[in-house]
Amino acid sequence: MTDALLETKAVAKSYGSVVALRSVDLTVQPGEIHALLGANGAGKSTLVKILSGVIAPDSGTISVNGRSVTMRRPPEALKAGLATVYQDPALVPDLTIAQNLTLTAIDEDAVRSRLTAMGLGRLDFDAQIRDLPLEVLRLLDLARALAHDPQLLLLDEITAALPSDQAEHVFGIMQEWKEKGRSVLFITHRLAEVLSLCDQATILRDGRTVAQVEPRQSGERGLVTPMLGEVAAELEAATSRVISQEAPINLATADLYSGGKVNGISFELRAGEILGIAALEGQGQDRLFELLSGDRRPDRGEVIVNGSPLRARSPYDAIRRGVVLVPSDRVLALLPKRSVRENLAIPLYNRVQRWLGLVGDEDTRTNKAIERLSIDTRAHRQVRRLSGGNQQKVVIGRWLANGFRTLLCFDPTRGIDIHTKRQIYDLLKEVADTGASVLVYTSELPEIPLLCDRVLVIYNGRIVHEQDAANATEEVLLSAAHGLEESA
Amino acid sequence: MTVADLPGVRRQAASMRLLADHPLWILGGVLVVLIAITGAIRPSYLSFSGLRNTVLLAAPLGIMAAAQTLLMLTGGIDLSVAMVATGAAYVAGNRSPSGALIAIASGLLVGLIAGATNGIGVGIFQVNPLIMTLAMAAILLGLFTSWAQTIFTGSTTVAPLIKTLGGGSFFGNRVPYNALIWVGVALVVMWLLKRTGLGRITYAIGDNPIAARLSGVRVWQVHLVLYTLAGLLAALAGILIAGRTGAVDLQLASTFLLPSVAAAVIGGTSIFGGVGSYSGTILGALILSVLNSMLTFLNVGQAIQQVVYGLIVLLLAWLYAKVTTER
Repeated sequence: MTDALLETKAVAKSYGSVVALRSVDLTVQPGEIHALLGANGAGKSTLVKILSGVIAPDSGTISVNGRSVTMRRPPEALKAGLATVYQDPALVPDLTIAQNLTLTAIDEDAVRSRLTAMGLGRLDFDAQIRDLPLEVLRLLDLARALAHDPQLLLLDEITAALPSDQAEHVFGIMQEWKEKGRSVLFITHRLAEVLSLCDQATILRDGRTVAQVEPRQSGERGLVTPMLGEVAAELEAATSRVISQEAPINLATADLYSGGKVNGISFELRAGEILGIAALEGQGQDRLFELLSGDRRPDRGEVIVNGSPLRARSPYDAIRRGVVLVPSDRVLALLPKRSVRENLAIPLYNRVQRWLGLVGDEDTRTNKAIERLSIDTRAHRQVRRLSGGNQQKVVIGRWLANGFRTLLCFDPTRGIDIHTKRQIYDLLKEVADTGASVLVYTSELPEIPLLCDRVLVIYNGRIVHEQDAANATEEVLLSAAHGLEESA
Repeated sequence: MTVADLPGVRRQAASMRLLADHPLWILGGVLVVLIAITGAIRPSYLSFSGLRNTVLLAAPLGIMAAAQTLLMLTGGIDLSVAMVATGAAYVAGNRSPSGALIAIASGLLVGLIAGATNGIGVGIFQVNPLIMTLAMAAILLGLFTSWAQTIFTGSTTVAPLIKTLGGGSFFGNRVPYNALIWVGVALVVMWLLKRTGLGRITYAIGDNPIAARLSGVRVWQVHLVLYTLAGLLAALAGILIAGRTGAVDLQLASTFLLPSVAAAVIGGTSIFGGVGSYSGTILGALILSVLNSMLTFLNVGQAIQQVVYGLIVLLLAWLYAKVTTER
């Protein structure tokens, strides 16, 4: 058997106490299109960064054509024959195309001929990067990678922002590379592309290689099951809770508009209910949460809290009315250098009347939250020392210690291990059982039936679909999230 | 298993970790060593009067550095402390004929107004603290230069009570009064930072202003209060400096600006906010004052003194950063 084009063995990487990759084995043969799959947070991006020389692994080996290589900087990866097209185009926005190409010392004509083949032959090289649409930048980045004539082409979510005709060009290039006896490592969330294009697929879960399959033989199910792991197994066990229609409405919106991103959203959220929101990236869900949490005021329409309008000048006003936010990124919510206790207690001191002195029951409140969430406080000195899952618990625990009526969670389980995920589901259900309302946006559609009672799908700033969460299959949610006609 | 879990690494780090957990021990050690060196150069320094002079110098610096510490903890800074101190002292001198208490109150009022203006600029209009306080210093210098010829043409010496508070000593001429005031300020500042909600919020804003805001902290209120407090502390320091020198002029406190920042930094307060304590700043102010005495006794030229001063400050900051990043 000939040497593999690329082989990684037991590659691992941690950021502080957060483990991004536990052990990744990946073998790409010459002349194949190889898919790299995994749920969010499985470790795909970290692996791409390692294979492109942006970061060095903590342990494990990487070999190209049978020879072990170390790549500490991006040029070393290129020299080894690996060229990467990143999810976000690696181009300097304030420079022109030509200047960007000069930066990487690449032959302009080679890039030009590649672009011509993609139908972009007339692109003006004196145009500034910031004036060009994202799909052009993706293709430009691809053309630049191709001009290096790499052995292995790494494509990270390249089709995510491409219209279908341009995606076809990319597929053509992938085929061409394969026919040349070279290889492509293709990262995507679109399983249809994997099934039609890829010869092999390696699946990551929680930083580990869990399977290598041939997509054409395994079919969709054979890809999804290892990807989701326990969540898939649990899918059957999900039960829906019954929400009384008599229950008071804790939070509602009336025809909300904001900056072209939220275009007329109205919904009601009752006490005891967990309402899910599903949407593709950038459909206005970020803005909606900003409006609900008092971080921004709507252009038109109203947020209604317990029957009266919320006119918030800052999140303080929403918090006072019992509407609290667990933001998308823990970096936005935590005080990294302070202790767990201080992180939990901070909202207790929002009111000026509480500034001189400490709240008497601070310890009782924080202890309760720590116990209820079983937060690991061994690293209590600084919250940044905690694992991602424990950090997320601190963010939620802050509101348990402070009290609330409505909990807004923006993608609360992103990048969290499966065990902690389940703890967070249980916690949110417990919270709802005590009569609070929970609004959850999640980027992981399989979570919806596990966690929610009802689901709204948002597309282009509007609610386009609503249904019981228990029967919400990924398929129905996805087609609604793409703005396709309701099939239910 | 992370690297820190390996037994070899753990043993090697143990001694460093002890110091990292108690970084103030290092500063205490440095202070003792500096006092010993100074004593070796000039044996008479190791006496009540020698040490008293150091404390006399350290007290106003320590009070001004308290203002700096409070603001640096939020990620801010106050470059107007020296000018506010000078202005407050100038007004106090001018009002001295009306009695010491009126003079002190008038001086503090200058600090209140300048500090509150800084607070409004930074908190409400969101001007960068560096720019806001630098502009405040320039404006105050201009105003007082002009006023010195118009409104404040009278007295440039301070009332006897202010002289006693700023330069006098009690307990057989051993303990300076200004040290007593410093102790009071220190207790209040340490209580604020450690035992109050305002303290919690101060650290929170410096650590992560976005998180503080999303948790419901109204950041502008905190800025308003802290910059005002900083103005008052700077004014108090200025009045004490005037009491020590006995007379006021428009250069009175100008040499205190950079040491007030340096004392906080040497004491472990991060200029990026969220980390530090006033106990560290106290040690920082004492270290700088002893250093000052030591260099004076060394009897080298003013130029060499400046170079040595700069080098030692650099060395201290490096040492401290090296130890504390171990944790």
